Amino acid sequence: MNGKVVKSIREAISLAGLKDGMTISFHHHLRNGDYVLNLVMEEVARLGIRDLTVNASSLFDIHLPLLDHIQSHVVTGIQTDYMSAALGREISRGAMEKPVQFRTHGGRPSDIALGRTPIDVAFIAAPAADPMGNCSGKYGKSACGSLGYAYPDAMYAKKVVVITDNLVDYPLLDWSIPESYVDYVVCVEEIGNPKGIVSGTTQITRDPVGLVMAQNAAKVIQYSGLLKEGFSFQTGAGGASLAAAKFLKDIMLRQQIQGSFGLGGITGYMVDMLQAGCFRSLLDVQCFDLKAVESIRTDPRHQEISAMHYASPSHRSAVVDSLDVVILGATEIDTDFNVNVHTDSSGCIMGGSGGHSDTAAGAKLAMIIAPMFRARLPIVTDHVTCVSTPGKDIDVLVTQGGIAVNEKNRELKERLTAAGLPVLDIHELKEKAERITGKPRKMPRGERTVAEVISREGTLQDVIYSVPDQD
Amino acid sequence: MTEIVRSASAGTMESSDVYVEIEPGQAGIELRLESVVKGQFGPAIEEVVREVLDQCGVENAKVSVRDRGALDCVIRSRVETAVKRGRGNT
Repeated sequence: MNGKVVKSIREAISLAGLKDGMTISFHHHLRNGDYVLNLVMEEVARLGIRDLTVNASSLFDIHLPLLDHIQSHVVTGIQTDYMSAALGREISRGAMEKPVQFRTHGGRPSDIALGRTPIDVAFIAAPAADPMGNCSGKYGKSACGSLGYAYPDAMYAKKVVVITDNLVDYPLLDWSIPESYVDYVVCVEEIGNPKGIVSGTTQITRDPVGLVMAQNAAKVIQYSGLLKEGFSFQTGAGGASLAAAKFLKDIMLRQQIQGSFGLGGITGYMVDMLQAGCFRSLLDVQCFDLKAVESIRTDPRHQEISAMHYASPSHRSAVVDSLDVVILGATEIDTDFNVNVHTDSSGCIMGGSGGHSDTAAGAKLAMIIAPMFRARLPIVTDHVTCVSTPGKDIDVLVTQGGIAVNEKNRELKERLTAAGLPVLDIHELKEKAERITGKPRKMPRGERTVAEVISREGTLQDVIYSVPDQD
Repeated sequence: MTEIVRSASAGTMESSDVYVEIEPGQAGIELRLESVVKGQFGPAIEEVVREVLDQCGVENAKVSVRDRGALDCVIRSRVETAVKRGRGNT
C-alpha cells in the first residue's frame, strides 16, 4: 500500500504548493534532537523558495542553520513560543529585519485556530506513521511520547505533511493525529537524534540552596489551603522544581491525599507520583524523558492532550483552567511580580513563555521558585527587562531567603504567616539580595525591536530590544 | 616576603566562582578582567581586586581575573590565596 506516501521531502513540498511568502510550521517534540526542521529548510532553499515565515512551537540550538536561511532571505519571519540561547543571541544582535513573534503554548494554538496566524504547510515529525498518515509519538526509535503541540498544525494548516522514520502497516493503532488531517507522508532515514529528543532522568538538585527553596515551595503548597483530595499540580523540569515535587510527594503520601491530575511537560518524577498514588491521572502535552515516554505508551491513566486542550484561552475550556498549583521559574521578577523568562539580565533572548503565562493565568496558585541571585545577579528587580507573564497572574515568589506574596492574594499571605513561614515583602527581599551581591548597574539596551511578546489572548504585551555589541 | 616570585592561581571556572592567576611583574599592578557580569559589576570587581592586592602589600604583579559571577567575599578569598601561592607559601 502506497497511500499518501511520496518519495521525498522535496516532492511533498512541491505537491503541497509551497510558494514565496507562505507560512510553514513545525512542532518541537523532538526538542534538541530534531532533524526535520533543518531537512525541510534545506529542500525549501534548494527549490529557490523565499520570504517564508516559520511558525515553530519552539526552537532549539540544533536549529542554528536557520540563521543561514535568514541571511539568504529564505526565512523572513519567525513565530515561536520559545527560543534557546545560541539562536536567541543572534536574534538579539539583530539577525532579522522583522521582529520575531513570541506566543505562549496556549496562545499559539488559539491564534492558529482563530485564523490570526494561518499556516500554509505543516511539517509534522512523527516517530511512527502509516501510509495514510495516522501517526503517533509513542513508538519507534525516535519516540518522543506526546505529540500535543502538533495538533493545531494538523487540524488547521491548509496542507499537512507527515515525516517519519518508522513507516508501519496500515492501520497504525493508538494514533495521536488521524489520517483525516494528513495530505502527504514522507519516510526518511532519521527524524532525530534520540539523545537530544529525550533526556535521561533529570536529577533532583543536591545544591543546598536549591533544597531550601524546594522545601519552602512544598510548605507553601501544604499551607495554601489547596492541598486536599482532588488536588491538581504542574511543575517544571528544573532541579529545584523537581525537588519541590519530591517534598510535596512526601507530604501527600503522609497525609494520604490523592490528587486528580498532574499536568504538563511530564517528567519521570511525575510518573513516580502517579505510580505512588499521589495522582489519579497525568495529562501530558509533552514528554521530557524516557520514563515519561514509557508511561504514556503503557499506562492508560497517563493521557496525551493537545496544545488547545492544555492551554488555549479561546477554546471552550482548557486543562489550565482547572489547575490548582503550578511551580514556575524566572530569570527576573520585579516588585510588581511581573516575570521575565524570555531574556537574561543583559537583555539577550534565551527562552520564552512556553506554558508559563497560560498556567499562571489558569492556576489558583502560581508560584515562582528562584534563588535570590544567580551568578551575582539578583532575581528581584525594579522592572523586568521583558514582561513574559504579567504580575497580576503571579501569587508568590519562593527563594532561599524568604517568601514574598503578591498583595492581591491576601488570604495566602495570612495563611503562610500563620504557618510560621518566612514571609517578607518583595522590596525587602530585593534589598536582602542586593546587600549580598551589590547593586547591579543597569545594562544599556539597543535601539531596534528584535521581538514582540504576544499575550495568550493575542495582544502585544511587550517588546524585546536588540543588545548593543559587547566590547 | 612581599614580591610575587612565581606564577600561581586560585579558584575555578564554575558559575559563581572566579579564577585568579597571578605572576611576577615590574610595572605595578597589571590587571586583566573578564566577567560574565562585567556590564553590571565590572568597576566593583576591579575595585575589590585592587583593594585586596593593596592590603596584601603587592606592588608589582600581572593579575588575570576570570569571573563567573562571584560574590565579593569569594573574589577576596581567591585573590588572597593566589597571592599567598605566588609568594611561595602554599
